[in-house]
Order: sequence, then structure tokens, then C-alpha cells
Amino acid sequence: MAYSKKVIDHYENPRNVGSYDKNAVDIGTGLVGAPACGDVMKLQIKVKDGIIEDAKFKTFGCGSAIASSSVITEWVKGKTIDEALTIKNIEIAEHLALPPVKIHCSVLAEDAIRAAVNDYKSKQTNNPQH
Amino acid sequence: MYGAGFTEDKRIKSLMLRDRKGSKMDRLLETAQLEERVVYLDYQSTTPCDARVVEAMLPYFTEKFGNPHSRNHEFGWQAEEAVEKARAQVASIIGAHPKEIIFTSGATEGNNLALKGVGHFYKDQKNHIITCVTEHKCVLDSCRHLEQEGFDVTYLPVQKNGIIDLEVLEAAITDKTLIVSIMAVNNEIGVIQPLTQIGNLCRKYGVFFHTDAAQAVGKIPLDVEAMNIDLLSISGHKIYGPKGIGALYVRRKPRVRLSALINGGGQERGMRSGTLPTPLCVGLGEACAIAEKEMEAESAYITNLRNRFYQGIIKNLEHVYINGDLIQSVPGNLNLSFAYVEGEGLMMGIKNLAVSSGSACTSASLEGSYVLRALGVEVEMAHTSLRIGIGRFTTLEEIDFAVAQITREVQRLREMSPLWEMVQEGIDLKTIKWAEH
Repeated sequence: MAYSKKVIDHYENPRNVGSYDKNAVDIGTGLVGAPACGDVMKLQIKVKDGIIEDAKFKTFGCGSAIASSSVITEWVKGKTIDEALTIKNIEIAEHLALPPVKIHCSVLAEDAIRAAVNDYKSKQTNNPQH
Repeated sequence: MYGAGFTEDKRIKSLMLRDRKGSKMDRLLETAQLEERVVYLDYQSTTPCDARVVEAMLPYFTEKFGNPHSRNHEFGWQAEEAVEKARAQVASIIGAHPKEIIFTSGATEGNNLALKGVGHFYKDQKNHIITCVTEHKCVLDSCRHLEQEGFDVTYLPVQKNGIIDLEVLEAAITDKTLIVSIMAVNNEIGVIQPLTQIGNLCRKYGVFFHTDAAQAVGKIPLDVEAMNIDLLSISGHKIYGPKGIGALYVRRKPRVRLSALINGGGQERGMRSGTLPTPLCVGLGEACAIAEKEMEAESAYITNLRNRFYQGIIKNLEHVYINGDLIQSVPGNLNLSFAYVEGEGLMMGIKNLAVSSGSACTSASLEGSYVLRALGVEVEMAHTSLRIGIGRFTTLEEIDFAVAQITREVQRLREMSPLWEMVQEGIDLKTIKWAEH
């Protein structure tokens, strides 16, 4: 299977690999997928005044999964948390020219955004003083 | 000794380098050259034709092009002589008589012919077949077809190391059992089944014993008499011979009968009609002759490379696990799981190495390796596996290069792996509630 240039670029030079303290109140963490399925993505967003300031990821998976998560860390930066939720898997798949068998990687990336935002939101409800 | 022009040079050079301990510069140059090509470490998938094999075949494409079945002229006689010489060479490597060798298109056809041929011939007397869950797809699929025709098939499980339990086999044999089909060497994990013991059991109960020896011929000693093997499938392209040719050994005493799958002019004693491809038969024969002659030395050479590879890997990396068995296996097949790194992702990073992965994502089916699952390898570990295939033309430099490439890439991907991070933090991955998708 031939990978697209963009997948190779993100695989070889992944953007924003790393981790934040998952207990910090300004961090939202999304952990999606399962080792048994061959894909696990962890996406973390750092939010200030409702804007995603920074994002980091770690991914266990194929090149397309790594590329999908790398791409979304770039895309969510500077967006409000609600804007981030509008990113659709199909945009990721098109951007990376993913073949049909790899569409699930982009679906997982979309899920990761949703999970990270939800985690952040639930932290705010539980910490109203913040 | 080890043929094949370009690779021959590499081999000699590698042997020289091994002896000249001080020549670091030469080694560096060698490694620099490796960076620019893809190192072949997938010898279970196929092998290059040995230059000596190609040389033996060439005249039979052009000046000696006769039909080996033409009885009336020199062209036919010449071709027939070549085919019969090849038949004897094939027979020799498994301790058979030349008349017991049927040329086929490969091991897939051999396995189909053995199972369906015997099944169809004896179906009114016995209708039970015993095979094993880790067999090659062509055996399993042939069995499925026979099940649809009314046969009962028992699929034996394997132990953790991939080897069948002889007691389980014996318990599965009934008075309806016609044939037991157990592969000699597994294609994914390289384990060797206890052929002699299986043969003894089969003989004791009057059951035919077929073995798919595609991965075993030329790698381990085989003797159809000592092992009580009744049918044995051989593939040309797995033993440095050409693709498109193989053979099936069919015992004459006591006689094994089978119904042909391909009908026609009655060639190959009526068991496989069709004009024999003389050059391919010659190639298979020559490949067998070379393998028989060099097996011992080659096995020692490959064992050395395999050990060097494995030692290099476990020195550099932790959490690397062997799938299969390091002792009861052929040395050229090493199947390893690199925990917390997904196999396809890893293969993308080691693009200078041609290896195979047990990861689901590699195949179109997305279901993962059924062989690894049969060993009880957890699905998540199966996703992290690579099969390293070492063969006749692999060099020491290629092994060192492979160790370096795999080490670098596994380390890089682990730094990127959320699973690795969790394990480093002391989290038990089994306690996480994963959302399976």
C-alpha cells in the first residue's frame, strides 16, 4: 500500500508529540481506540479563555493513525473548543488522502477531539471556581 | 559456494570482513550502501532463484525446448531425460523413489491434490480428516471445501509454542479417520512439528499422513520412510527455485491412491495431467540438489545470523517477545512482538527492510494473524509482531543494519506511544476500559 506524501511527512515528522499533566484543570485529555484494534490515540488540549492554546498527542497505530492525530493537533490550535468540535473525519481523510481501509484512523481522530473537549468541559463543571 | 552474482560478492565480502577485525572503514562503507537499497528479510514469503538454478534452466527454454511427453524424437527424449533427472533430485531430498514424485504448480496445488484427491478417492470408506488450526490457508480452505462435500474435519489446537499435542491428536483419531494433514514447518513462526511421532501414530491407526513441507524442504532433514509420511508437498520458490512449480510425494508402498483434480492426457501417472514445464522441473530439481548438498552448512550459517540478530535486538530493547519457539524451529524464521509499537507503523519506519508483519492492518482483511491468535498471543501483542526471514543470501552487514534500523524505529515509536507511556507510569493496561471500535 502506498502512503500519500502528507501521511509520510506527518509520520516522519510528527507535530506536537508529547504529554501534559492530565490532572491539570486547563488540560482536556481524550484517550480513544483500543490496543486490540491496533490503534490508540491520546490527544490533549490546553485551553485558555475558551481557546485551545496548544495540543499534544501520542499514538499507537499505523502511519495513517499517527498522521491523523498529528494533523488534528495542528488544526485545533487557535480554535475555540466548540469550533474544534466541528472538525469532521472526512476533512482529515481528504487532507491526508487516506485510502478506504484507513478511514477509521480519521474517525478515531475526530473521536479524540470530542473526548478531549468533553474531558475539559467536565473538569470546568467540577471546578466552578476556575 | 553460495551462487547469485551480486549477492555472492556481498557474501564473500561479508565473510572476509568477519575475519578482518580491524576493517571498520569497509564496514561503514558496506552499511552506507545498505541505506540506499531494501534489505530482503522475507525468505518465508519467497526466495530469489539461485543463479545456479537459473543456469540449469536456461537451455530448456530455447534449444532444448521439446515436449517431455513426445516419445518419437530427440527433442522429446532430451526433455524427458531432464525431467526425470529433476524428479530424482526432488525424490532424493526427502528419501523417496523418483516414481513417487508428481510435479505440480506449487505447494498450494500439492496440498489441494493431497487432501481432495485422497478424500475423493476414499470417500465411501472413510470421511474424517484431521488438520491443525495453524495450517496454511490452502490446507484449511481445501478442508472447508471437503466439509461442504460431507467430510468431517477436526482442527487441532496448538500449544503456546505452536506445536500440536500428540495426545490430542491421538484422541482425535477414529475408525473413520482417513488422513491427517499437519505441516512440517509453520510459515509464520517457523516451528517444526514432531513429524516422526505423527507418522508413527498415523501408521499405528492405518491413517494416511500428509505434510505440507513447503517451509521445511532444504531446511530440516526429511525422510518419508523414517517419518512414515504418505504424502508431502513441496514448493519451488521457497527453496531458491522458480515460482510456478512444486511437487507432491505420493507413497507407492503401501500405495496411496488419489483422484486427479486436473484431467487430460494422463501425465504424471494420471494424477496430474498437462505438459510438464521442463525448465521449471529442471529448476526445482537443481534447487533440491543444491539444498540437499548445502543444508547443513547453510543451517549453521543462518543460525549464526539469527542469533546475532536476536541478541542485538534484546540487548537494545526491552519488552520484545518471541512468538513460537526458539529451539524447535527453523533458524531462518524469527517472529517477534515489539510490545507497545504497532506492526504496520513500525514497518513504515523501517522501509529499508522488507519484512512481514502479523499486524491486522497489513493485510486487507483487518483480522490479524490467525496463527498468532492460535498460540494464545493476545490480539494487542499480535498487532506488534514482525516476522524476520533470514536466508541463503543474507549477510552479516544486513543483519547488523536491520538491528540498528529496528532499534531506532521502535525507540522512536515508543516515545510516541501512549501505551508505552502508561506502562512507564506503572499503569496496567488491562485495567483500562478500552472502547473497541
